[in-house]
Amino acid sequence: MSNISQLEDFATQVRRDILRQVHAVNSGHPGGSLGCTEFLVALYQEIMNRKEGFSMDGIGEDVFFLSNGHISPVIYSVLARSGYFPIEELSTFRKLGTRLQGHPSTHDGLPGVRVASGSLGQGLSVAIGTAQAKKLNSDTNLVFTLHGDGELQEGQIWEAAMYAAANKVDNLIATVDFNGQQIDGSTEQVCSLGDLKAKWEAFGWDVLEVKEGNNLEAIIAGLNQAKAISGKGKPVCILLHTIMGNGVDFMMHTHAWHGKAPSDEQLENALSQNPETLGDY
Amino acid sequence: MKKYIDSGKKDTRSGFGAGLTELAKTNENVVALCADLIGSLKMEGFIEHSPERFFQTGIAEANMIGMAAGLTIGGKIPFAGTFANFATGRVYDQIRQSVAYSEKNVKICASHAGLTLGEDGATHQILEDIGLMKMLPGMVVINTCDFNQTKAATLAIADYEGPVYLRFGRPKVANFTPENGEFKIGKAVLLNEGTDVTIVATGHCVWEALLAAEKLEAKGISAEVINIHTIKPLDEEAILKSVAKTGCIVTCEEHNYLGGLGESVARVLSLNNPTPQEYIATKDTFGESGTADELMAKYELDAPAIEKAAEKVLKRK
Repeated sequence: MSNISQLEDFATQVRRDILRQVHAVNSGHPGGSLGCTEFLVALYQEIMNRKEGFSMDGIGEDVFFLSNGHISPVIYSVLARSGYFPIEELSTFRKLGTRLQGHPSTHDGLPGVRVASGSLGQGLSVAIGTAQAKKLNSDTNLVFTLHGDGELQEGQIWEAAMYAAANKVDNLIATVDFNGQQIDGSTEQVCSLGDLKAKWEAFGWDVLEVKEGNNLEAIIAGLNQAKAISGKGKPVCILLHTIMGNGVDFMMHTHAWHGKAPSDEQLENALSQNPETLGDY
Repeated sequence: MKKYIDSGKKDTRSGFGAGLTELAKTNENVVALCADLIGSLKMEGFIEHSPERFFQTGIAEANMIGMAAGLTIGGKIPFAGTFANFATGRVYDQIRQSVAYSEKNVKICASHAGLTLGEDGATHQILEDIGLMKMLPGMVVINTCDFNQTKAATLAIADYEGPVYLRFGRPKVANFTPENGEFKIGKAVLLNEGTDVTIVATGHCVWEALLAAEKLEAKGISAEVINIHTIKPLDEEAILKSVAKTGCIVTCEEHNYLGGLGESVARVLSLNNPTPQEYIATKDTFGESGTADELMAKYELDAPAIEKAAEKVLKRK
């Protein structure tokens, strides 16, 4: 068990990695990446039962699927710093010949990625398939997913949600990055999600809300609670209330940094708010 | 001409069902998924033998394809079955990202392909699926011709690692390939040797090509008939070897001439040995309601149409 200050240092370094990756190629998605940093640090460093190394089948360990693939900078940083591939490889993000494609893929054999994502709405179905395979394999480990809230506008999510409840896929914990923002504006303006908690509950899921989705202790408590209620006949959904762009003051509470890289000056400012902790790549 | 005997008309989808049932018994990693079309896909045998390895997704094809991709991650070999229209066009992006680009070992099993679905009409008669699937990098595309070959192909693709599109159909058609015959992915089957014209056919058009070859023989025209069950990877060698001898070719498919077998063959020929070619295929049109036989005749995919095309291409040599 890591202590919270160690995890906070880890998260601060991940934020630096996100900003530096995106700045170096003047492209990528910093806002959602920063908003999900604490969640993914908690998941990989504290919650998931992970085996040494990487095997595609994920048998005998917990498995995670990133459905909102555009927040690749954060998953790449967390994977690298969790030992899946060399940290220096973060410098190749989005460059020709890289394994760190703009959106995650398996095509180039990057350890830690089990399916391509980027075209939204597909990850929950894939996770259900893997969860069902775990049951067939008598593997009691769990399957975790992360989705954007805007992503829930995709119909496939609700096909999958209906299936998982109808078939008691209870080894599945799906988390929604509930930041209320998407490319064209707030989710409220673009296409209101309505009462998300009521929607997931109506689809037959157990729903937990984590009000402080950028607070490591709150996230860990929420994920542990989700694990505790898994295996009881229902899939579990966590509505994780996050702040897009968290940790960089001028990127917070706006959709403006969904898919935009900081300038040199903005990078300097952002990095000054997140001092180096574990060492830059 | 070599004589082929129809051992009794059977539907290709039942060949799929028979193969899948055998896989239930012989391969514990095989799992099956269906989107509310168990009876149409003839999946009852598999379900009866291995209910725990069957996943009914309901009318939710996108979720079915995603689940199939996810099942491979746990080491399973998923066979996802529905009508060809819903197995391709409806879920193209799911197949593209979660299956093809992700290089997942998913078998997409598509029944009721083409016009011969019949009375249900154009909403269900996909004539674009071969094109859609062959354009995906790494996707194997197979269109079988009869019950026996469909069963053999179903067994063969379980042993192949990688995404496969297996296309078959609804109507009862002649069953003439050997029972328990060998199926080699990407290897064309030479059905009849000939010297004047090459007829390359896939799916339900193969039997029609054999009937046409008989008629042509009676007119003194020697037709070489090749069963191209695998459209991708295409057996280029078999095609080039044949046209080197005959000097002209007719391609036959129950599919649009844009994007189908004919265009794949044309590419091989244009690069290696430009050869006069006629296309038996639908002509960039949707289908309509009718019986399978009526539609094959109206859209000129049957034996008389192939015979006519062969005579036409001969004159272009």
